[in-house]
Amino acid sequence: MSETGADYDGPLYAPAKKVFPQSVKGTFRRIKWALLVFCLSVYYLLPFVRWNRGPGMPDQAVLVDLEHSRFYFFFIELWPQEVYYFTGLLILAALALFLSNALFGRVWCGYFCPQTIWTDLFLQVERLIEGDRRERMMLDAAPWTGDKVRKRVLKHMVWLAIAWWTGGAWLLYFADAPTLVRDLATFQAPMTAWIWIGVLTFTTYALAGHMREQVCLYMCPWPRIQAALTDPDALNVAYRADRGEPRMSLKESTRIRAKGERAGDCIDCFQCVAVCPTGVDIREGSQLGCIQCGLCIDACDSVMAKIGRAPRLIAYDNDENSKRRMAGRSMAFRQVRARTVLYAGLIALVGAVMLYALATRARFALSVLHEKTPLFVTLSDGSIRNAYTLRFSNKWAQKRDFEIAVGGLQGALALSPDLPDGAGSPLKVSVEPDSTRAIRIFVTAPKGLKIDKFSSITFVARDLGNAETVRVDDHFFAP
Amino acid sequence: MSAPKHGEIDPISGQGTTGHEWDGIKELNTPLPRWWLWTFYACILWSVGYWIVYPSFPLISGFAPGFAGYSSRGAVMAEIDSVRARRADAAAGLASASLTQIRNDPKMLEIALAQGKTAFGDNCAPCHGAGGAGAKGFPVLADDDWLWGNSLDEMAATITHGIRAATDDQTRSTMMPAFGKDGLLKRDEVAAVANHVRVLGQLEPEKGANLALGANLFSENCAVCHGAEGKGDRSLGAPNLTDAIWLYGSDVAAISATIHNPRNGVMPAWRDRLDPVTIKSLTLYVQSLGGGR
Repeated sequence: MSETGADYDGPLYAPAKKVFPQSVKGTFRRIKWALLVFCLSVYYLLPFVRWNRGPGMPDQAVLVDLEHSRFYFFFIELWPQEVYYFTGLLILAALALFLSNALFGRVWCGYFCPQTIWTDLFLQVERLIEGDRRERMMLDAAPWTGDKVRKRVLKHMVWLAIAWWTGGAWLLYFADAPTLVRDLATFQAPMTAWIWIGVLTFTTYALAGHMREQVCLYMCPWPRIQAALTDPDALNVAYRADRGEPRMSLKESTRIRAKGERAGDCIDCFQCVAVCPTGVDIREGSQLGCIQCGLCIDACDSVMAKIGRAPRLIAYDNDENSKRRMAGRSMAFRQVRARTVLYAGLIALVGAVMLYALATRARFALSVLHEKTPLFVTLSDGSIRNAYTLRFSNKWAQKRDFEIAVGGLQGALALSPDLPDGAGSPLKVSVEPDSTRAIRIFVTAPKGLKIDKFSSITFVARDLGNAETVRVDDHFFAP
Repeated sequence: MSAPKHGEIDPISGQGTTGHEWDGIKELNTPLPRWWLWTFYACILWSVGYWIVYPSFPLISGFAPGFAGYSSRGAVMAEIDSVRARRADAAAGLASASLTQIRNDPKMLEIALAQGKTAFGDNCAPCHGAGGAGAKGFPVLADDDWLWGNSLDEMAATITHGIRAATDDQTRSTMMPAFGKDGLLKRDEVAAVANHVRVLGQLEPEKGANLALGANLFSENCAVCHGAEGKGDRSLGAPNLTDAIWLYGSDVAAISATIHNPRNGVMPAWRDRLDPVTIKSLTLYVQSLGGGR
């Protein structure tokens, strides 16, 4: 009969489990705080860093100038046709993620992911206003008193303020930061700025304040990919079951050990679960919800210190060593292995190719477009003329002068109607800083010149400033 | 084998099952988060908002326009208007500036050339070809041979008033007589003149052609307009017969056909159809094709 009929008693939609992570102190917490401060400082302050590019050019170190289609990153300036560099960066980012995963598991998730960092920040705000785990649980269960309303309103106001700054800082990468800050402060900023800040405020507030671990559990593809990429040698935050089991209370283990029997080191105090920002139990093994931030290591270590047992019952560990310990052998960490060497090699290769491309790219470019209608023109004296459009791209911050030589067709004359000295030989073109200029060039083969229907012709542009040349091959057509 | 039981707990994962079973494999019940459900409902509500704000479902005649009054056509028109507004200054300059002033002002010239290119494609290309490539009977505009002159003013006058345009009394109206058809020259005389014209154009005449008769008849009948040496006269639109450009072909038959019954090509007077700024733009664009002076 009905497959999901009345006798079905499982839920179709699960309410989100409430997670109240407890504060914790220790090595990994300190590392996380340091990285949080570093990453957020970079994010919020980088737009204000200045970089002198000369007059008439933006002096913001990192700027995405959508209006003029330019991307500035310190000494690098990218034009739209160079966006492929971002492809290289994305390949590098993916490879770096794979390498970090092969070495230290989901180290990205635990320490660097924006979702982790902002959630950490929002949780700290929550702790400062509402108290630690126990107080927050009690407050959550408590009826709506004035005090609860006050705390909740305050918390959400602070969250929204942080979210607003987060959204605002994002926009600073797309406009001159000091100007935009002033315009925002005086309500002079364009409507699009307010709309985007509004959208990003909402996403930050919703994702870091409300969605938190739900993002990792349900939205993010990386945990799924990571599970497929990991191997027995990759270090992951793990509960050392071989040492911890059978778990039992401190009193029970003392009693059992007095009898000379084996008791695990885990006293089942649930501190690892209490501090977990995603609310998982690490003792169940590697799992989707574990972002491997190491806070459970700190929690467990502090408990072990109190009861006088060795630390790192939870530690960065791997399956391989778990087997070795059970077999009574010493631990071995193999970080140099085919996989990591391959990833590192690929990163070095892609990085080297990108660096080479960046270092040797021409600061000016020339493209030639042959006039197609008409392909050639017979002039009144019987000579044959072809028209070309030459586009110069000057990527320098200064005005540059170029010289064009037309070669490959003996006796042909080149002149440009767009240049004041259009008939000079060689033709001289000056191009304004950071811009392109198109000029038309007429190449004429005099009557009597023996030419094929289809001959090769070359345009060689030489930068008079540094003698750099660019050569473009094209064709000359005749009847 | 017992029937699958709904809500049965899977012993390995500790998770409930949906009761679906295939060959002994049971499907775990992994429920969606409840917020997903609410987000789904919110999206449905959002789509209802779309129906109300934007044009959506069809009515018996027409469609529901939506409160925002949006249409993609309207959005394009608004964008075009905003571009026009941004160019208003320069475009206003085009109306008052002379052709030479526009040519010497790079900003105005850029706009004029862009407008001229579009107007050329819409109005001129059907006969003169894209880029002024020309065709038999329709002059190439990219070469350096000009029947009526290639200064900016001469070209503007040609475009404005047309050539032999019936609607314009200032049009370029000179015509070549139909020497053969109207009986001014006999058949063999036409052939003699045609061979002489080939000689003028530095082309081989036919074997046995009466070149002396041709030269004589040319000076009597043709030199008035085309000049004694056949160099033509731009004020009359009389083509230069000594150059390498032949509008209707250069063989004896083609030249004879023209002498017998000339086509006297016609171009409309564009002032009837285009505004002065467009005509200025067209003039500058046509000049830029390669034949300008």
